[in-house]
Amino acid sequence: MAKGVKPRIKVPKQASAGESITIKTLISHKMETGLRKDADGNKIPQSIINRFTCDFNGSNVVDFDMKAGISVNPYFQFEAIVPESGEFKFTWYDDDGSVYEKTKKITVS
Amino acid sequence: MKISRRKVVITGAGVAVASLLPINLLAQSDGQSAEEIIKEFTGGANIGSGDIMLTTPEIAENGNTVPISVESKKATAIKILALGNPGPDVVTFKFGPLSATRSASTRIRLRKTQDVLAIAKLEDGSFIQDIQKVKVTIGGCGG
Repeated sequence: MAKGVKPRIKVPKQASAGESITIKTLISHKMETGLRKDADGNKIPQSIINRFTCDFNGSNVVDFDMKAGISVNPYFQFEAIVPESGEFKFTWYDDDGSVYEKTKKITVS
Repeated sequence: MKISRRKVVITGAGVAVASLLPINLLAQSDGQSAEEIIKEFTGGANIGSGDIMLTTPEIAENGNTVPISVESKKATAIKILALGNPGPDVVTFKFGPLSATRSASTRIRLRKTQDVLAIAKLEDGSFIQDIQKVKVTIGGCGG
C-alpha cells in the first residue's frame, strides 16, 4: 500500500428526492507516471490509481478509468441523482493492488 | 597519466553515444498511439460533432495540473486524450444510471502545448467530439 493515501469527499448532507447534487472527491496519491528518472538515471516504475468508482445504494453513478495523464492527487467533480436516502460508496483502485474505500451518507427529504 | 590522442577520440565517442541515450528513451511512448486508442474506443465508427463541451484553460502555466471539464448530455462514456503526451490516453469517464448531468471535471498533465480531445459515446451508439488547444508554459509528465 502506497504511503499517505487519504481520500477526501464532499457530499451535501441533505437533498430533495430526484435532485441532482454535486460531488467532489480528492485522494492524495503521488501518481508516478513511469517516465521520471531518479538521481542515478534509473526509471521510477509507474504507480498510479487506475480506477475510481462511485455507487449509490448499490447502483452505479460513475466509473472512471485513469491513466498516467491524471495529475498528482486525483480530483474529480461530477453530479449524481439521489432518489432516496442512502449511502454513497467511493472506491479507488491502486496499481499495487490496494483498494481504498470510503462511504458518505445522505438524507433525502 | 599521459592522455593520448586515441584516448581522447574514444572518450569523445563515448560521451556522444551517452548523450544520445536519453533522447531514445524519451522517444519510446508507452504503447498505443492516439489513433489506436480512438479506434479501440469507437470501433472505427465515424465521429461527428454535436452536443459536447470540453472546457480547458487557454493557457496553462503549469502542465502538471491543468483543470478540464467536459459535458455531453446524452453521453454514456467520454474519453479524454492529450494528443501531445507520451501516453495520449488520459481518462475515460463512464456514467451510470444515477449520474445526473453527464459532466465531469478533473486535473490532467500536459507535457507541452497541444490539443486536448474529448470523444463522447452517446446513448444511441454514435460518437461526437470536441477539441481544444491548450498552451502550456511548463510541461508536466516528468521525463
